[in-house]
Amino acid sequence: MDVVMLSRLQFAAATMFHFLFVPLTLGLSVLVAYMETQYVRTGDETYLRMTKFWGKLFLINFALGVVTGITLEFQFGTNWSRYSAYVGDVFGSLLAIEASVAFFLESTFIGIWIFGWNKLSKKAHATVMWLVAAAGNVSAIWILLANGWMQQPVGFTIRDGRAELTDFLAVITNKFGLLEIAHTIPSAFVLAAFFMMGISAWHLLKKQHIDFFTRSFNIGLAVGLVSSIVVAVTGDMHAVHVTQTQPAKLAAMESHWETQTQAPIIMLAIPDEKNERNAIEIGRLPGALSLLGHHDVNAAVTGLKDIPKDERPPVLPTFVSFRTMVALGTLFPLLTIVGLFLKNRLLESRWYLWVMLFALPLPYLAIEMGWVLAEVGRQPWIVYGLLKTANAASPVAASQVMTSLVGFILVYGLLGIAGFYLIADFAQKGPKPAAADVKSANG
Amino acid sequence: MELQTVWFFIWGLLWAVFFMTDGFDLGIGSLYPFLGKSERDKHMMIHAMGPLWDGNEVWLLTAGGVTFAAFPLVYAVMFSSLYSALMLILFALILRGVSFEFRNKVDNPAWKRVWDTCIFVGSFLPALLFGVAFGNIFKGIPIDQDGIYLGTLFTLLNPYGLLGGVLFLCLFLVHGALWLTVRADGDLAQRAENLAGKLWPVLAGVAVVFLVASYIFTPLYDNYLANPVLFLVPAISVAAIVGIKYFLMQNAFFKAWLASAATIVSCTFFGVIGLFPNLFPSSIDADYSLSAFNASSSPLTLKIMLIVVLLFVPVVLAYQIWAYKLFSVKVTDDDLAHDDMY
Repeated sequence: MDVVMLSRLQFAAATMFHFLFVPLTLGLSVLVAYMETQYVRTGDETYLRMTKFWGKLFLINFALGVVTGITLEFQFGTNWSRYSAYVGDVFGSLLAIEASVAFFLESTFIGIWIFGWNKLSKKAHATVMWLVAAAGNVSAIWILLANGWMQQPVGFTIRDGRAELTDFLAVITNKFGLLEIAHTIPSAFVLAAFFMMGISAWHLLKKQHIDFFTRSFNIGLAVGLVSSIVVAVTGDMHAVHVTQTQPAKLAAMESHWETQTQAPIIMLAIPDEKNERNAIEIGRLPGALSLLGHHDVNAAVTGLKDIPKDERPPVLPTFVSFRTMVALGTLFPLLTIVGLFLKNRLLESRWYLWVMLFALPLPYLAIEMGWVLAEVGRQPWIVYGLLKTANAASPVAASQVMTSLVGFILVYGLLGIAGFYLIADFAQKGPKPAAADVKSANG
Repeated sequence: MELQTVWFFIWGLLWAVFFMTDGFDLGIGSLYPFLGKSERDKHMMIHAMGPLWDGNEVWLLTAGGVTFAAFPLVYAVMFSSLYSALMLILFALILRGVSFEFRNKVDNPAWKRVWDTCIFVGSFLPALLFGVAFGNIFKGIPIDQDGIYLGTLFTLLNPYGLLGGVLFLCLFLVHGALWLTVRADGDLAQRAENLAGKLWPVLAGVAVVFLVASYIFTPLYDNYLANPVLFLVPAISVAAIVGIKYFLMQNAFFKAWLASAATIVSCTFFGVIGLFPNLFPSSIDADYSLSAFNASSSPLTLKIMLIVVLLFVPVVLAYQIWAYKLFSVKVTDDDLAHDDMY
């Protein structure tokens, strides 16, 4: 295996692992801040217990998100030095801003939240969690703008073999980045909502801490309903934009080979890249692709055959990841709408609780599939239309990268197991009894 | 003053603040097996670092991010050249960060031992390797005209590089021990104070050897000899090291810690000023060195980033100083009993 392939695998492993923990951090931070605010406003001790229970799960997850993020900050330099030299003006700036504006806020105030229960007023302490929540989501904005630039580079000029910034405003208002933000952040809230609902369902099935977990479930339900609908809507907007700006990705994610007007959607396909066709096609919706992509059934959708062979992304992973994500993304609002109808009969609707328990990991899958689509679908480009991934890797020995790749898999694998064990253990234990928490909150 | 020169010093400042802040928790983590005799000791040492370590570590992310934004060629060459050393540092920091969160979550001695080891390795290794990395940067790294590193991890473990590692380790051990004298109580604080007293002459000795070795092995003194007024900086380092001892003898522990902070910052600047205008000098040929003038991003980028930094760094400093103020008091038994969130 060569250095480029090993570096690709390492970056994919590192980012996908990091993104197992980030969405829950983004969503659950807001939910915990909300619960603590409710405690401050109403004085209801159950809200305090909810804050501490969900907060503890939040912190275990947060730690893994933070440490796995540190490596990414430097991995552009270690493994993608040619990329870094090329895009430093734009990409480096966005990362530096992310750290200055958001990471500092998040990491400083989480320490204050954990250790400051006895040192701050109730109101101040709750505000601290809002700051952590805001900081996390703001950091997501900056990194998504950075990725957006990789997908649709704007506001630059090429000088001396590198991309020099010419228009900062264009970079931070880049439509691709803004759509990624509008789609990714709500998806994090879907994940947090299903996390809360899944764990709550487990306890409700066992008929324990009923009031506690009914309240928790309903918070998850409200957030899950709204955010899953927003994800679907912004997802459609995003796909329209991809049709216009990344025709190769669109063709691959639909396994669409022949340029044509009234282009159909093939529900399921097995692509045959060598022969530039689909070996199997199941379910054909005539005109649907032109309609969805261009909002005009008579618009032409470019097929893979009209894209130079060395500019086509790998078709199968792009197609499968897209279909999986959309299927799940359609399921999520349906599940929450059902929950809305069952709102007052939750405890008796055991079949629904079982479904929601098993649905807990699904947003994780959907989000990872989304990123596979975004990144694999952009290949062979690391910056779309400008720089190819194959030309972007660091000139380091393949043996070094093999060693670090194995290191990542081992360390992350072990940490992932430990983290999963801790979260599962604390989740199933449930909240501490009422008296203990009240005592420790009042010091 | 030119934009690139301003950015050179911001770059140096960010590394200095990183070493000044994360230095004490890397130090405490490195002292963990030596000072952490009882379960309460260990608990207290984690508590001493707990509220502040994460905010401290972000200075590293910012130093890296700023290197990327302002000097992308340096970011690219530095991190790919120092590949193995940096990967080791990153893995160590990963294990350290998770250990604080995971250690007390399971009431099992074997579980705790695993994370205790990770705290130690995760603190000791970065402390040593940052020193090795910067020592090598001061000396010059074998990079060719394409910025390709002609060496291995072991190339970095030369005598001067290792001396840099030992210096950083001493600086951080003293810094960590002094923080414990401020935050810990009773027996632990007393042992930390004794250890700081014992480590001080080692630090002073290593610092002197380092100053002399830098004259012999590196071109650092060139800038100083050309502008003798700059000797003020190492003079401040010497004064600060003496200050540590002075305040320790007076039992003015927070002041001793501040003197230690000043030592770290001034030592970093001794190196940074000596490097100017290079950020990543080549030991093969001076023409291959990466400097503030041949490795920076465009003037527009530097301007925009300057505005961002001037806006946000003071804000960050303000709330981090507030956090330090909140948590530079003694950890109490009450604190230890109520840390159910950690």
